[in-house]
Amino acid sequence: MVKITINGSEYEVEADLTILQACEQVGVEIPRFCFHERLSIAGNCRMCLVDMERSPKPVASCAMPVADGMVVNTNTAKVQKMRRGVMEFLLINHPLDCPICDQGGECDLQDQAMGYGIDHSRYAENKRAVKDKDFGPLIKTIMTRCIHCTRCVRFATEVAGVPELGAMGRGENTEIGTYVEHALTSELSGNMIDLCPVGALTSRPYAFAARPWELTKTESVDVLDAVGSNIRVDARGPEVLRILPRLNEDVNEEWISDKTRFACDGLRRQRLDRPYLRRDGKLQAASWNEALKAIAEAANGVASASMAAIAGDLADCESMLALKDLMTALGSANIDCRQDGAKLDTRVRSSYLFNTTIAGIEQADAVVLVGCNPRLEAPVLNARIRKRWVAGNFTVGVIGPEADLTYPTTLVGTSAKDLEVIAAGKGHFAKVLKNAEKAMIIVGQGALKGEDGAAVLNLARQAADKLGMIKPGWNGFNVLHTAAARVGGLDLGFVPGEGGLDVAGILAGAQSSTINMVYLLCADEIDTQALGDAFVIYQGHHGDAGAHRADVILPGAAYTEKNATYVNTEGRVQLGRRAIFPPGEAREDWTIIRALSAVLGQTLPYDDLKAVRAKLVEANPNFLNINQTTPAEWGSFGTEGAISDAPFASPVCNFYMTDPISRASETMAHCIETFGKDDERKTGTDG
Amino acid sequence: MTDVTTKTENPEDFAFTAENMGAAKAVIAKYPDGWQASAVMPLLDIAQRQNGGHLTQAAMDHIARVLDMPNIRVYEVATFYTMYNHKPIGKHHVQVCTNLPCWLRGSDEIMETCHKFLGLDNHESSEDGIFTLTEVECLGACVNAPMMQVGDDYYEDLDADSTLAILSELKAGKTPKTGSQIRRVSCEPVTGLTSLEEQAELRKAKVGGD
Repeated sequence: MVKITINGSEYEVEADLTILQACEQVGVEIPRFCFHERLSIAGNCRMCLVDMERSPKPVASCAMPVADGMVVNTNTAKVQKMRRGVMEFLLINHPLDCPICDQGGECDLQDQAMGYGIDHSRYAENKRAVKDKDFGPLIKTIMTRCIHCTRCVRFATEVAGVPELGAMGRGENTEIGTYVEHALTSELSGNMIDLCPVGALTSRPYAFAARPWELTKTESVDVLDAVGSNIRVDARGPEVLRILPRLNEDVNEEWISDKTRFACDGLRRQRLDRPYLRRDGKLQAASWNEALKAIAEAANGVASASMAAIAGDLADCESMLALKDLMTALGSANIDCRQDGAKLDTRVRSSYLFNTTIAGIEQADAVVLVGCNPRLEAPVLNARIRKRWVAGNFTVGVIGPEADLTYPTTLVGTSAKDLEVIAAGKGHFAKVLKNAEKAMIIVGQGALKGEDGAAVLNLARQAADKLGMIKPGWNGFNVLHTAAARVGGLDLGFVPGEGGLDVAGILAGAQSSTINMVYLLCADEIDTQALGDAFVIYQGHHGDAGAHRADVILPGAAYTEKNATYVNTEGRVQLGRRAIFPPGEAREDWTIIRALSAVLGQTLPYDDLKAVRAKLVEANPNFLNINQTTPAEWGSFGTEGAISDAPFASPVCNFYMTDPISRASETMAHCIETFGKDDERKTGTDG
Repeated sequence: MTDVTTKTENPEDFAFTAENMGAAKAVIAKYPDGWQASAVMPLLDIAQRQNGGHLTQAAMDHIARVLDMPNIRVYEVATFYTMYNHKPIGKHHVQVCTNLPCWLRGSDEIMETCHKFLGLDNHESSEDGIFTLTEVECLGACVNAPMMQVGDDYYEDLDADSTLAILSELKAGKTPKTGSQIRRVSCEPVTGLTSLEEQAELRKAKVGGD
């Protein structure tokens, strides 16, 4: 701790702070453009100049460490004059196009010019103009507005791990760009839009769509991957216009992936806004009463053992609970939430969680990734692994698909056989893990969805046990999910009951006509062609694969349209909040199932959200701990069995389209046009 | 002026010749392990010379590979310094300094002479590929201003006549005398030494001159 005097008051602050951080801690505001907490210090905008005693010149407070006895002034006439001077220089070459600039209203330069600048310009000469760059379909550039803070350059290099941006030229001719023109190949590129303190980098899909003060802001969580990034949904009237990240140090820090941010235009397209009934082989619009009655009629002659329900990747916990309760009331045990067929079960909670937690990655010394590509499956989590790697003394081994994860990796193997070797404590990398104080194993769905999934899970558990990944205060066993609904579904026990069928069993049953009625809750990623002659009820929000096969469509609400609970891959219970109302006659999902239960004569015992949430807690007390993770007990899980030597593959082969929302998104389609062609890892049609 | 964005990927490949690779390795060896990227500037110079006076994207990419650094970091350095050329230049790169000391001593006249004799504007190259004319910032020879640099050689204490003579000789394929164009030894006073006269002979031997 050092003693430092700021504006005449003496404070004690930690010795490793900069003046700017110290000022911030004691509540003194210092304007800045280039400084950002999560990026390295550049010190090139000069906006943070302060007056320091015994220094002949002003000092850049963002780059100056505090020292004992330092006397700093930030509110003197001298400082005011310095700030005015810097501001004037920044504005010399900045265009006066605020009225047509998308950053208007949330622009650091605008705000700080109001706060610290002068009220007129003395500059009469020509301003410089800079050619715009093509950064791809997500980021729109107006480079004349750039003030060369280099936040985007530092973000690309440090956080995203794709060193593609740089400052070319020098002095007045400096331009930010890629030199050789190409779209930025990062799944986190959208964050540069947030980082840009001016309107140089703005959102291309959101261009000229709205002003920030027109938008209703709702704090919610993302469901397009299993990270559960905290987001803010900005809507105007009935439309979600954009999605921004919300700070949560434990989950996404302040980043979100490009899919999370830009897929929101998919919420407006191909929506199911009214119930449909298949009449004469064709889906025709119907009323809610007709649709529910049709289901009741169809259910009449079906034995309970011939009924089945599958919950998809975007389902919320409330609706899964309601559907499970309904199926139980109807006497069917054929329910499953593991669309991809991952061999996870609910006996031991730690067997399906990311136990280390995302923030916990920063304490690890070594990690082995088994059958997953975190860069595509959970870009924000991958950024956390990269952050750990940047900090040094961290080894990453990969068993499975070899890919550029933005940090160096060691290829340990490709299949379950190689995992077996590690689990036996043999081989070089087993030693690395064993010698690490805090080692991690991350098992992806790509390793678990095969026939030998349970055996792979068993091997992964053995590896964790044998290589010392499980110790007091540290659980290094992690499952990386790709679906926002999965952990919630497993927590609720949305898996086959006594003698029940799993997804593969349900599909086989439908083929052989032993399953006659299937309820799809937002389930689009199964092979809908395999549903045979079964009567299919599809509840969801998009006209995707499930809806096309359905006999009855019940229109539900997308994640921005309902108050719903989701559990992320760490087991963190988070609340999504309604930003807009569902379109047309669509309803919140659990209410649909509640209404159907009454028609089927099995009325569910809850009438409002509060009662459903009470039931959630009853089903699993973890639902009490909102926004928290509950450490799960370690246990024995997985089953011994034969393993195959087929190489693992990531379940996400096409990052930009993994779910009904992103598949309906035009922006995501543009991304595939740009990135999909010559990039093998991003081709394919769906996730 | 640097070309800050290029759409055309240079199709031609670039690799150091064995000799230049040796030179590059010698430069890299000067820096500690893991800090090989520090060698980027000398390597860019070697590449530029090998390439006949300018850098291509292929050359910069090659250096990035040799030094195990991202391409963009090489582009940043190569576009920052004006000594790296990004377009083909003539055999003789005439660089006239027009900064304050040279300007006070008549660099306008030198520039004008070059314009006229070569028939080139700033940043232009002659069609026969012999000359490129560039106006540059201070080259650090202010004491003998005005001056210009052609290739690796400095020509100092210029006036219109001496400039013309140098350019004519270059055009004729001859090698003009470098350094001061008046009877000055190195950067000593034109009017003769005012101090340390007893060491004049020794100095002459060291710095050359007549």
